[in-house]
Amino acid sequence: MKLGDLTELAARNLREAVLRNSLTTLGISVGVASLVALLSLGVGLQQLVDRSVARAGLFDTISVRSRQSSPFGQPGGGRRNPRDAADAAPPRPLDDAARKEIAALPNVLEVNPEIRFTAEARREPISQLAMVAGMASSSESSGTLDGLNGHFFSGPNAEEAILQGDLAKRLLDAGQAPASLLGQEITLRFAQRQALPPPSQQAPTDAPNQAVGPDEEAMGFSIVPSEKKFLVVGVTPASDSGSGQVGFNNAGIYLPLAIAEKLQVVQQGDLRDVSRSSASAGVRYAALNIRAASPTAVAQIESSVIHMGFAAFSLIDVTRNLRTFFAIFDMFLGIFGSLALAVASLGIINTLVMAILERRREIGVLKALGAADRDVRQLFFAEAGVMGLVGGVFGVLLGWAIGRAIQLATMIYLKRQGMNPPNIWSVPWWLVLGAIAFAVVVSLASGIYPASRAARLDPVEALRYE
Amino acid sequence: MKPLRVTLRSMNVTEPTSSSNGFAIRAERVCRHYKMGEALIRAVDDISLQIGTGEFLALLGASGSGKSTLLNLMAGLDRPSSGAILALGRDLATMSSQDLAAHRNRTIGIVFQSFQLLPRMTLEENVELPLRLAEVPRADRPARVHEALERVGLAARTRHRPTELSGGEQQRAAIARALVNQPMILLADEPTGNLDSKTGEEIMSLIAQIHRPPSGPGRTIVMVTHERVLAERYADRIVTLSDGAISREERLR
Repeated sequence: MKLGDLTELAARNLREAVLRNSLTTLGISVGVASLVALLSLGVGLQQLVDRSVARAGLFDTISVRSRQSSPFGQPGGGRRNPRDAADAAPPRPLDDAARKEIAALPNVLEVNPEIRFTAEARREPISQLAMVAGMASSSESSGTLDGLNGHFFSGPNAEEAILQGDLAKRLLDAGQAPASLLGQEITLRFAQRQALPPPSQQAPTDAPNQAVGPDEEAMGFSIVPSEKKFLVVGVTPASDSGSGQVGFNNAGIYLPLAIAEKLQVVQQGDLRDVSRSSASAGVRYAALNIRAASPTAVAQIESSVIHMGFAAFSLIDVTRNLRTFFAIFDMFLGIFGSLALAVASLGIINTLVMAILERRREIGVLKALGAADRDVRQLFFAEAGVMGLVGGVFGVLLGWAIGRAIQLATMIYLKRQGMNPPNIWSVPWWLVLGAIAFAVVVSLASGIYPASRAARLDPVEALRYE
Repeated sequence: MKPLRVTLRSMNVTEPTSSSNGFAIRAERVCRHYKMGEALIRAVDDISLQIGTGEFLALLGASGSGKSTLLNLMAGLDRPSSGAILALGRDLATMSSQDLAAHRNRTIGIVFQSFQLLPRMTLEENVELPLRLAEVPRADRPARVHEALERVGLAARTRHRPTELSGGEQQRAAIARALVNQPMILLADEPTGNLDSKTGEEIMSLIAQIHRPPSGPGRTIVMVTHERVLAERYADRIVTLSDGAISREERLR
């Protein structure tokens, strides 16, 4: 029999016992709906994490430190990249030459020094200790300052600051909104490094605040307190809003990177460099942050940096594990979702076996008129397939509705808690098509036994059946 | 009695193969035995029979004599325990189930005592079923269905369901369904068994016209009945069965 005739006859047969077949199809719909609702939740959560990590620049950022000073590269010293141990070049200082060399690597967009220091932020009469970080101009377009009040730095050398919402609250009188700090000035007090000239030029009373240039031969440095005023141009949302700056560059105050460099702030590792005999010339960086052209280039850049003699660290391995976790999580959600579909498949078997009993004589007539066993088998398969297809389509719609309801309930709950609700639900096209295909396959599999039983019916016996 | 107009102008019947030797059906030492508990039932026991092309054969016998079993074997609905049944020269006993299905669909048409129309379908849908199974193009079907129903005088009842028809009309619809694929052989299992005598006469008259139409070639008819009067009036030959074997043969015409 041709497919069109099969489908037509199957649809006609299904219409004849409309209540029973509708209930069976509803069972499949509920099974598919639970599968879609659970998996859409899993997919939504994965996308939420992916978005957060990508927004923080964790997928395309590599942190580089010198293995002479890095906790990554020293035995027992902090996190250790497994790739450091193998085939790495001898340790090298992380200086300007190294920065230029790294910047020349393929797929490297920019290399910026990581500048982080503790400073006292003062807005009379309130003062707070805060972590200050230099921020590259590229951060403006990368979306790392999501939900920013105000604007980004007006230029790379602007003496401006962006404050994290929590710190802004602490610098204001009670009841004032963090955004009211916009346009006001704050004073930062920090420890400044002032290089000492060579012994021949040393004059203790001469220009104590004049820094030695990066290429000068310095004999060390002195640490002096220093202050500088900055105009507040931006305030990020408070940390409890579920938005704003995340990632390993998190800080309370952000300054333009070029300005932060010029401040000559004492960095972690400065004292170690002074005590080291090879600490001779030029700028030494505590760490450099590389921004890669794409997350896929991170592993290759990381490997090149290690071969150059530095310690490198990226979150690519961590995110890989995260994806593995979500794959397993989705698999379990899928298994739980499929349980309802497995129960529904028993309903299909029951319905079709009942149909064989009821239509025994009809099967006999069909065979008497020339239906082969294959035709009868295909007819029952088609009926199971139609139930699976209709149940799958309705199941996807039902699952979508359940997912929307969960999302809506989550939004209402989080808004009542004063939080910014994230999107935790997603139904991608592959899930829609996959769920419908899965429903059809499960239905066809359920139809195997009834269909072969119907095909095996003896026509003479079937025609005698009353 | 309303005269039935039978038109068989577009007969496209299957030609008998060269090995059929003029016989539509040949049964050679056919047995159909089956077990019922410990007992061996010999429903058909060593029957040999030749039915010529275009012959009208009536199988007579009491209940349980084996006539319906023999008809089922000729239809390919059942397989013999031993022996051979040749329809148009082809042995049904050795055919695959797929070939047997094709035999039932194209070589023969079957009419049952209880009509066996599908109650959920209209008359035209019932008559269309063998065409669907034969994979006849959809565009060709309405004309063939209409022609078959017109042949049995039911062209005006195409949209009716079987339950809306009388017994005689249902049997005529069943005959239209049996003939829609233009088979060479019509097998009828007590076609008047569920009808009153007047309606039975009408049906027999219709079958007789199918056997020998006013124009064009006729068909081979094998009819199971227990009504000797009808058999004597319409059949060319009567074969009487008793306990699964042929007890008597009478050539009438």
